[in-house]
Amino acid sequence: MQLIIKILRKPITSTIIAILCGFFVASIILSLAGYNSIQTINVMFNGVFSRPKSIANVIIKSTPIILTGLSVAFAFKTGLFNIGAEGQYIMGTIFAVIMGIQFDFVPYIQVPLVIFSGMIAGALYGGIVGLLKSKFGIHEVITSIMLNWIALYMSNFIANTSVFHKPNTTGTYVINESSFTQVLYKWKTSRAGIAYLKNNSFLSDILLRTDLNYGIIIAIVLAIFISFFLLKTTKGFELRAVGLNNHASEFAGIDVKKNILHSMLIAGALSGLAGALTITGMSPHNISTISVFEGNGLNGLSVALIANSSPIGCIFAGLLFSGLIYGGQSVQSEVGVPSEIINIMIGTIVFFVALTRLIPQLANVFEKKVGKKNAN
Amino acid sequence: MGISKEYAVQMRGIKKVFGAYQALDDVQLDVKKGTIHAILGENGAGKSTLMNILYGLYQPDCGEIYLNGEKVNIKNPNIAISHGVGMVHQHFMLVDNFTVTQNIILGKEVSNKFGVLNMSKAKNEIKSIVKKYGLDVDPDAKIEDISVGMQQRVEILKALYRGVDLLILDEPTAVLTPLEIKELICIMGNLIKDGKTIIIITHKLKEIKESAEECTIIRKGKYIDTVKVTDVEQSDLANMMVGHKVNLIVEKSPAEPGEIVFDIDNITVEDDRKLSVIKDLSLKIRRGEILGIAGIDGNGQKELVEAITCLRKVSSGTIKINGNEIQNTNPRNVIDNGISTIHEDRQKCGLVLDFTVAENSVLEKYRKQPYSNKGIINNKKIDEFIKQKIQDYKIRPEHCENILVRELSGGNQQKVIIAREVANHPDLLIAVQPTRGLDVGAIEYIHKTLVELRDKGKAILLISLELDEIMNLSDTISVIYSGQIVGTFKQGTVDENHIGFLMAGGKQDAVNN
Amino acid sequence: MKKVIAVLLTITIFSTIIGCTNASNKNENNQVTVAMVTNLGGVNDESYNSSAWQGLQALSSETGTKVTYLESNQATDYLTNLDKLADQGCDLIWALGFVMADSVITASSTNPDLNYAIVDYSYDETPSNVTGVMFRAQESAFIVGYIAGKTTKTNSVGFIGGIEGNVIGQFEYGYRAGVAYASKELGKDINVAVQYIESFGDTPKAKATASKMLSDGCDIIFHAAGGAGIGVIEAAKDANKFAIGVDNDQSRLAPNNVLTSALKLVCNAVDIISTDFINGKEIGGQTLTYGLKENCVGIPENNPNMDPGVYNDAMELEKKIINDEIIPPYNKQSFEKFKSSL
Repeated sequence: MQLIIKILRKPITSTIIAILCGFFVASIILSLAGYNSIQTINVMFNGVFSRPKSIANVIIKSTPIILTGLSVAFAFKTGLFNIGAEGQYIMGTIFAVIMGIQFDFVPYIQVPLVIFSGMIAGALYGGIVGLLKSKFGIHEVITSIMLNWIALYMSNFIANTSVFHKPNTTGTYVINESSFTQVLYKWKTSRAGIAYLKNNSFLSDILLRTDLNYGIIIAIVLAIFISFFLLKTTKGFELRAVGLNNHASEFAGIDVKKNILHSMLIAGALSGLAGALTITGMSPHNISTISVFEGNGLNGLSVALIANSSPIGCIFAGLLFSGLIYGGQSVQSEVGVPSEIINIMIGTIVFFVALTRLIPQLANVFEKKVGKKNAN
Repeated sequence: MGISKEYAVQMRGIKKVFGAYQALDDVQLDVKKGTIHAILGENGAGKSTLMNILYGLYQPDCGEIYLNGEKVNIKNPNIAISHGVGMVHQHFMLVDNFTVTQNIILGKEVSNKFGVLNMSKAKNEIKSIVKKYGLDVDPDAKIEDISVGMQQRVEILKALYRGVDLLILDEPTAVLTPLEIKELICIMGNLIKDGKTIIIITHKLKEIKESAEECTIIRKGKYIDTVKVTDVEQSDLANMMVGHKVNLIVEKSPAEPGEIVFDIDNITVEDDRKLSVIKDLSLKIRRGEILGIAGIDGNGQKELVEAITCLRKVSSGTIKINGNEIQNTNPRNVIDNGISTIHEDRQKCGLVLDFTVAENSVLEKYRKQPYSNKGIINNKKIDEFIKQKIQDYKIRPEHCENILVRELSGGNQQKVIIAREVANHPDLLIAVQPTRGLDVGAIEYIHKTLVELRDKGKAILLISLELDEIMNLSDTISVIYSGQIVGTFKQGTVDENHIGFLMAGGKQDAVNN
Repeated sequence: MKKVIAVLLTITIFSTIIGCTNASNKNENNQVTVAMVTNLGGVNDESYNSSAWQGLQALSSETGTKVTYLESNQATDYLTNLDKLADQGCDLIWALGFVMADSVITASSTNPDLNYAIVDYSYDETPSNVTGVMFRAQESAFIVGYIAGKTTKTNSVGFIGGIEGNVIGQFEYGYRAGVAYASKELGKDINVAVQYIESFGDTPKAKATASKMLSDGCDIIFHAAGGAGIGVIEAAKDANKFAIGVDNDQSRLAPNNVLTSALKLVCNAVDIISTDFINGKEIGGQTLTYGLKENCVGIPENNPNMDPGVYNDAMELEKKIINDEIIPPYNKQSFEKFKSSL
C-alpha cells in the first residue's frame, strides 16, 4: 500500500494514469456511438506510428502548436492568460505571406526576413494587449478575444487584396520559393533528388512525401531557451515574480507595468513565429479566406494546459496533441468515425491529462485509509 | 476528570491529521460552565483546529466531544449552533454593504407567512440583546461604515441572536485598539454574568490574565496543561506555551542616537479618493534610534509607508535619506538609497509565496553582483547567501532554501523577509507590524534583531498597532492621529494611558491642563 | 522533465499494448478504393462536400467499391490528407475544390501510380494521373435566372456570390443571361443586383447583404456563396421573400422561401468518373466538363413554391440547352455577346 501511495505521488504516474483514463473513457464513448473502440484506437496509433512518414507528419504538425503552447505557457508563468495566441499566430502568417510574396532575395536573407517579420508582427500584436493592460488595466482576455477577430478579418482582407490575391482562388499567391524552410527543398524537388530518393524508401518517405521543415528545431531550441530564460535570467526572475505576486514585486522595486508589456511582446513573438513557420514550412504556403479560426493558437492553450505551463513540457504536449489529431484523421478515413466523435475522443483524453493534478489527491485518500487502519 | 454536567464542553483524545501533518494529538479540554476559558498556544499549535472541530468545521480522526455532559457528534456548524455553540472567526464573515441588522438575521430571517421580512421584530430583538450585554452598536449602520471593533460586536450579536450558550472567539483582540480590547473584556464579563460560557483563542498573555479564569495550553498539537490563571504568572504561561524560558521584556541599553539620517519635511499625501490623509507631517530619525509610531489603524500609517517607499505620490514636502531627496521616484531607487522595508502584509507585499526561500531572499538584489552576472542568475551564490541566512536567523525547517516560502510558518516567513531586508545593509529599516500574528518565540527574536540593528547604528522606523510593542521597543515614540504627528516623547517620559488618549484624538493641551 | 519522460513512457507502453500491426490496408482481393478529401467546410456542409460524399456512397452501393473520406481542418491539412489516403491504398482520390489545386499536383507527382481527380479546377497542363472536373454551372444558373425572371413581381432580382472568379462567374453570368432571356420573353425590364461577400463562410455577412438587397426591392435572390449562402436563405425567410439555393436542393432550409435550387450534382460527376475509372477507362490527363446533358447540373423535380407553368417553361428551356439551341454564357465577354444576340 505504501508503495502504491509512493508511486501515485510521482508526476510521471499521474500523467500515465491520466492518459490511460482518457483512452478508457474515450473508448466508452466510441462504444456508445456504435464503433469498435479497440479497433478505433488501434487505427489511431497505427496512423501515428506505422510509418516514418506519419511520425514525421506528427512532428511537422506539432511545430506551430508547440510554439503557440509555449507562448501561452510563457505568458501564464508571468501571470497573463494569452488567449490571443490565435490572433498573434494569424498576424504572423499575414506578414510572412506579405514579405514572402513581395521580396525574393537569396534564401539566407529571405528566410530570416520572412520569419522575423512574422515574429515581429505577432510581438506587436501581443504588445497591444500588454500595453492596454499595463497602461489602462484592461483585462488581457477581453482585448485578446477582440484582437483575434480583428486578425481573422485582416487575414481575409489581405487574402482578397488585389496585390496578393491569386485570381480564381480563395487565397493569396504562394510565397516565393526562396522563403521555404522545408528540409532540402531545392534538392528534393530537383531531378537528381527525385532520382536519388526513389532508391531510398525511408528518405523519400519522410522527405518527399512530407513538408519536413526546420521549424521543429526552432521550436525545441526556443522551448529550451524559454525554460532557461525564465529560470536562469534576471529578466525571467522579474517576469515570474510579477506573475506570481505583483504587489510583492512592486514593493521589491520591480517595474510591474513594463514587465507586463515585455511578457506580452515575447508571448506574441512566439505565436507570430508559429504563424511564420507554418507559412514558410508547410504547403500551401499562403493564406486563404477563412470563416472560423484554424485553431493553431487555441490548440496552444490546450498544449500549455497539458504541459502544466512548463516550456519543455510544451514540446511533448504539442507532440501528443498533434499525434491525437493526426491519428484521429486516420480513424476518420479508415473506420469512418465522424469528426465530431473523434474530437470528443481527443477532448476527453486532453481533459484527463489536464486533470492530472487529481491523481496525487488519490494518494491522499489512500493514505488516509491506511492511516485509519493503522490507528485502529 | 470524569464527564460531568458541570462542564459546558469536554473533549477527550482528539486527534486530527492533515496529510502527513499531525495537527492534534490526543488533546483534551474541560471548560466549566459560566466561565471564560482561554486556549493558549503558539501559531500552528492547533488551537484553531481544535475549536474548528468543536464548531463542526473539521471532523476529528478520533476522539469524543461532550456538551453539558452528553456525547455529541458535530458534523457541521449547523449542528453546533443547534447545540448552542457559536464561533466568531478571526476574519469576520459579514456582508459589507448590508446593514448590521441584515447581517445578524442573515440565514435566520424572521418573516410572515408570505415570506415578507419582519424587520421591525428582528430589530427589536436585536436591541434587547444589545441592551442586555452592553454591546453598543447601531442596528441600521452598514458594515462597511463601522469600525473593526464594531464589526466584531456584530459577529458576537449574530451568535447571540441564534441563542448560543457557548461562544468561541478566535483571536478576538488581534484587530482591536487598546480601548476596544477593554470594552470587549467588559462585554465578555456581562455574558458570563448571564450564564454564557466563552472560549477565547489567543496568544496574548496579558489578556488572558485580565479576563480568563482558566487556561488550557497546547503546544505542537499536544495537550500541555490546564491552569487557573490566578495561580500563574504571565512568564509561566509563556514558558509553557513555548516550551522553554522566554524573556518577555525587551532587553536593551539606552539609545545613543547619532546624526539625523532620515528626514521627512512637511509632506502631504493623498489617498486614492484624492483626500489628504497625511497633512504636513514631519519626522526625523537619527542613527541608532528606534522611532515608534503609535496610532489606531487608518490614521495614515499605510499611506506614510507607501509615500516613503514611493508606491504613492507625495503632493508636497520632501523625504530625505542621508540628504538625498527620494520622494516621487520609484521603489527601486528608494531601496538603492538605503531604505529597506518590512511590509505589514508579508504574504501579499513581502513575499512571492510560490517562489522558493532562496528566490525570495534575493527579490531585491537579483540584479546585483554576485547574485547575477550580465543578466544570468548565479544560483550557486544565491544558495550560499541564503544558507548563511538560514543559519544566522534560525529559519526553520533547516535546509529550506529550495522549498516554497508558502510552506513556511508565519514566523519563519517573517524571518526570511527580515534576513533579506537586513542584508541590504540599510541606513533606515522600516518595520510595519513586524510581529503581527507571530507567536511569543518569534516576537522575542524579531524584537532582539531590531534592537541589535539599532545598536549597530541603523535608524529604525517602527509602525505598529500594538501599543505594548511600541512602548517597549521604541527609543522615541510619536503618536499619529488623522495624518499628523500629535505628540513625540522619549521612552520612559510618558505612560500608556497618555499615548492611548492621543491615539484616540485627545488634545495634548487638554492633558497638560 | 518528469512529465516529459511520462509522456514518452506512455506512448511506448501504448504502442506495445496495442501492438504495431502494419497499416497495409491494401485489400487482399484487389478491391478498388475511392476516397475524397473535403475542403475546410467538412463533410456535413450541406453542399459541395456532402454532395460528393453522396456520389461516393452511391458508387459504393452500385459497385461495392470501398469508399472513404477525410476532412480538412486547416489549409495545411490538404497535402497530408491526400497523402494519408494514398497510404491507405486508395486508388482514386478526389480533391474537393480548387483550393487543393497545388496540393494535388504535388501529391500526384509523389504518387505517380495513383489517380487523382479535382473538382472545379482545370489545369493548363494536366498530369497524366490527374483529372480536372468542371461543371457548366452557367446552364443551371441560366434556368434559375429564367425562373426568377418569370416569377419576380417587383421586376428586381438579386445575385450574391462568394468570391469573384471564374467558377462563381459562371453562376453570375448564367443567371443574368437567364433573367435577360425571361425579360425579353415577357417584354419588360428586370433589374439584377449583384453583390460579392468575399467569403464562402461568412454567413452573417451573407445575411446582411441579402437583407439589404431585399429591402431595396428585390424579391428573389440567387446565391452562389457556398456555406455562407445559408445566410441568404435565412434573410429571405425573415423577409418572407424567395431565395434560390445552390449546389444541393436547399428547400429543406426554408420550405416556404426557397423557390428552387441550381443543382450542381457533384455526386453524379463523382459517380460517373469513378465508375469509368473502375471500369478501366483512361480518365487522367484531361479536364472533363459536365452539364445538363450529363445530368450533372439542373434544378430539382419538386418545386412547391414555383408556378407549374413556369416549371414547364423551364423544362422546355432545359431541352433547348441540351440540344445546344441556347448556349448560356459563362463570363462577362460571352454574356455581353449573348445579351446583344437576344
